[in-house]
Amino acid sequence: MKILVGIKRVVDYNVRVRVKPDGSGVDLDGAKMSINPFDEIALEEALRLREAGKAAEVIVVSIGPNACQQQLRTGLAMGADRAIQVDTEERLQPLAVARTFLAIAEKEQPGLFIVGKQAIDDDNSQTGQMLAALWNRPQATFASEVQVEGDTATVTREVDAGLETIEIDLPAVITTDLRLNEPRFVKLPDIMKAKRKPLEVIPLSDLGVANDNTLEIEHFAPPATREKGIMVDSAEALVTELKNRGLL
Amino acid sequence: MSEREVMEYDVVVVGAGPAGLACAIRLKQLDSERSVCIIEKASEIGAQILSGAVIEPQPLDDLLPGWRDNMPPHCIPVTEDAFLMLGKTGSKKLPTPPQSNNHGNFIVSLGAMCAWMAPQAEDLGVDIFPGYAAAGIHYRQDGSVGGVIIGDMGIAADGSQKSSYMEGIEIHAPMTIFSEGCRGHLSKQLIKKFDLDKDCDPQTYGIGTKELWQVKPGKSQPGRVQHSIGWPMDSHTYGGSFIYHLENDRIAIGFVTGLDYPDPNFQPWEAFQQFKNHPEIKTLFEGGEILSAGARAIVEGGYQSLPKTEMPGALLIGDGAGTLNVPKIKGVHQAMRGGMLAAEHLGQHADGKGYDKALRDSPIMAELKKVRNIRPGFHKGLWLGLINAGWETITGGYSPWTLKNHADHTALKRLEDYQSPERNWIDRELPPRDRLASVYFSTTAHEEDQPVHLQVADTDICINQCTVEYGNPCTRFCPAHVYEIVEEDGEMEGGKRLQINAANCVHCKTCDIKDPYQIINWVTPEGGSGPNYQNL
Ligand SMILES: Cc1cc2nc3c(=O)[nH]c(=O)nc-3n(C[C@H](O)[C@H](O)[C@H](O)COP(=O)(O)OP(=O)(O)OC[C@H]3O[C@@H](n4cnc5c(N)ncnc54)[C@H](O)[C@@H]3O)c2cc1C
Ligand code: SF4
Repeated sequence: MKILVGIKRVVDYNVRVRVKPDGSGVDLDGAKMSINPFDEIALEEALRLREAGKAAEVIVVSIGPNACQQQLRTGLAMGADRAIQVDTEERLQPLAVARTFLAIAEKEQPGLFIVGKQAIDDDNSQTGQMLAALWNRPQATFASEVQVEGDTATVTREVDAGLETIEIDLPAVITTDLRLNEPRFVKLPDIMKAKRKPLEVIPLSDLGVANDNTLEIEHFAPPATREKGIMVDSAEALVTELKNRGLL
Repeated sequence: MSEREVMEYDVVVVGAGPAGLACAIRLKQLDSERSVCIIEKASEIGAQILSGAVIEPQPLDDLLPGWRDNMPPHCIPVTEDAFLMLGKTGSKKLPTPPQSNNHGNFIVSLGAMCAWMAPQAEDLGVDIFPGYAAAGIHYRQDGSVGGVIIGDMGIAADGSQKSSYMEGIEIHAPMTIFSEGCRGHLSKQLIKKFDLDKDCDPQTYGIGTKELWQVKPGKSQPGRVQHSIGWPMDSHTYGGSFIYHLENDRIAIGFVTGLDYPDPNFQPWEAFQQFKNHPEIKTLFEGGEILSAGARAIVEGGYQSLPKTEMPGALLIGDGAGTLNVPKIKGVHQAMRGGMLAAEHLGQHADGKGYDKALRDSPIMAELKKVRNIRPGFHKGLWLGLINAGWETITGGYSPWTLKNHADHTALKRLEDYQSPERNWIDRELPPRDRLASVYFSTTAHEEDQPVHLQVADTDICINQCTVEYGNPCTRFCPAHVYEIVEEDGEMEGGKRLQINAANCVHCKTCDIKDPYQIINWVTPEGGSGPNYQNL
């Protein structure tokens, strides 16, 4: 069985993001970029399944400009067997991403397609679900435990009420939650090995995917800042202040 | 313990600053067959570089001809120089000293410049490994340096191995180049082990704090460079500021304090903020916002403090050796030239023998010799220092004497022996409010569950001796508020203890330098942790 893993290049979770003064977007100048943390968990799970003998090959796929080869190389260094970059300068929205993943899935015929539950830049949490629907295969979202036996996967999901365990037929889509695993550190010699692993570049246009971005982004704005607080030195002063503001 | 995995290279370079990158690029230009790698503790190249920086471009012309058509981001020519003497509320223009004449120089973000150099090195075949700290030195049986040991990952605070544990590998090479920058932690061990500083004065340092601002449109005059001395320093504390105007309404502002200050109550970070809130300075920043902030020690000893830079199997280059020109506050051109010289020397002498002499015969050393007496002249205070600086400049450094340098930690006076001057510092208006607020802009991240990377040899000294003698100056000189003296609770209630907030550390190395008992040892935390500066 092959496992496809979607990995997205996003601004690192440690970076303080800032809206550009003209509101045209988020300022990423000089910001560290990384694999979306949930996708890293997805890749770790795929690697563990391969190491447990449940899968034969792990393929990482990313959609974006050449810069995202950096994240694909990291994925290869973690242990993926090969990588696919779907080359485009455009920022695709979830539906277009799902259509692109579908095209890759049809080409590669994987038993599992694992993606993060959401990307930490846009926080949409839509791609996995859309991919399952387009592909017409089962989905198990927000996974915190995955077991594969033959043609089925048993997946524990994090749901509002707690945990839910479901069984799905493969091929299927799984989206990962934070508690699924702790991704491994990359070993230095593996970075060198990754340089020699295959990385295929496919122009988005070659996949015949309709890029129907349906949402138009008009404007970015930072959350409203909180007003500066004041220090009061007694309970009476607090009461007076609250009264002055009509809160008491 | 198991044998560590080993990777072999012809040359391993420790630290991807201007010195290490220039050296690696030159090595490959001279011999593309030679295998070269660079180890860098920051998660990305340039993310832990903090500099001014106005740079002299000649070494770049030399190393990367054509760079002027492919400039690093945030790089612009200097158009205007100003030098001010600040009072508490006003300022006086001083004639620009010749060392500060920046005609023909460029303002850069050194972090961005290193990030721009790295792919050029990779194109030549250099393997660059960001996110990995060189945590130890590998010695061969004959005692010579044989490479470095990469830090382990996934060790818990109590020293046990976590499930993510990964043993660091060793990188072996016939030649190891240490370009760790100012107060490199492995360089420090080497200087001690090989007694490299036995014939020179102690090294001396300063601490530089810096912020990059997005200012209101119209406030920045791209290409303008301004330096100042005076407020808020007293005459016995050496220090000064820089303000570099960039494009796109950005301004870099910073302040450097000599770490030979005597006052145990002095707070370098606060001095920077006081300067920034000077009535003539703060107008530039009102209504703006901070993009990035941090701190880094700067090496000041120069000519008379330069240790021997070669030892069996290894060389020291750049600020790790101490080639910075203090009166100019410029070290980048010197670091790059030193890196290139090392590469060229290795071309002829693969074992590095004779590098130290080649360095001392080079223009790098001639530049240091000329200005050698200027910085130590300020030991006698600002005014005598300025007169001495004038004399040394007019005579071109030909005075028949060389003034001595003293270790910075010995300059700190005991509380009872020192009357702190009346500072009259003001209530500040511009952000950040305090050091913790400032750390936020350095995007510093350390895995919390790892051993503390600030090793204090004997914390009893902190509580029983230092509190009385110096009043725990670590709580004041650390720009990131890492050190705190807190009340004990539980069984030990009523007592006090040193709390080390290691996760805030911005890797400036000031504590390792200035601690009066020399019991703080900075070691590398897990690779990839520490500040993530954006364009500093
Ligand atoms: C506030 C300030 C202002 C300055 N202004 C100017 C200026 O205007 N013009 C100018 O020319 N110079 C200026 N300098 C000096 C200049 O920044 C230095 O001279 C220059 O950066 C030295 O280069 P380097 O390569 O030796 O070291 P660095 O630039 O310090 O680079 C060292 C690199 O090694 C890495 N490293 C260290 N230890 C390890 C380890 N054990 N394992 C892995 N990686 C490691 C570090 O993370 C870093 O990336 C300024 C310095 C400061 C602090
Ligand atoms: S703990 Fe030491 S190295 Fe870290 S920020 Fe504070 S003074 Fe600098």
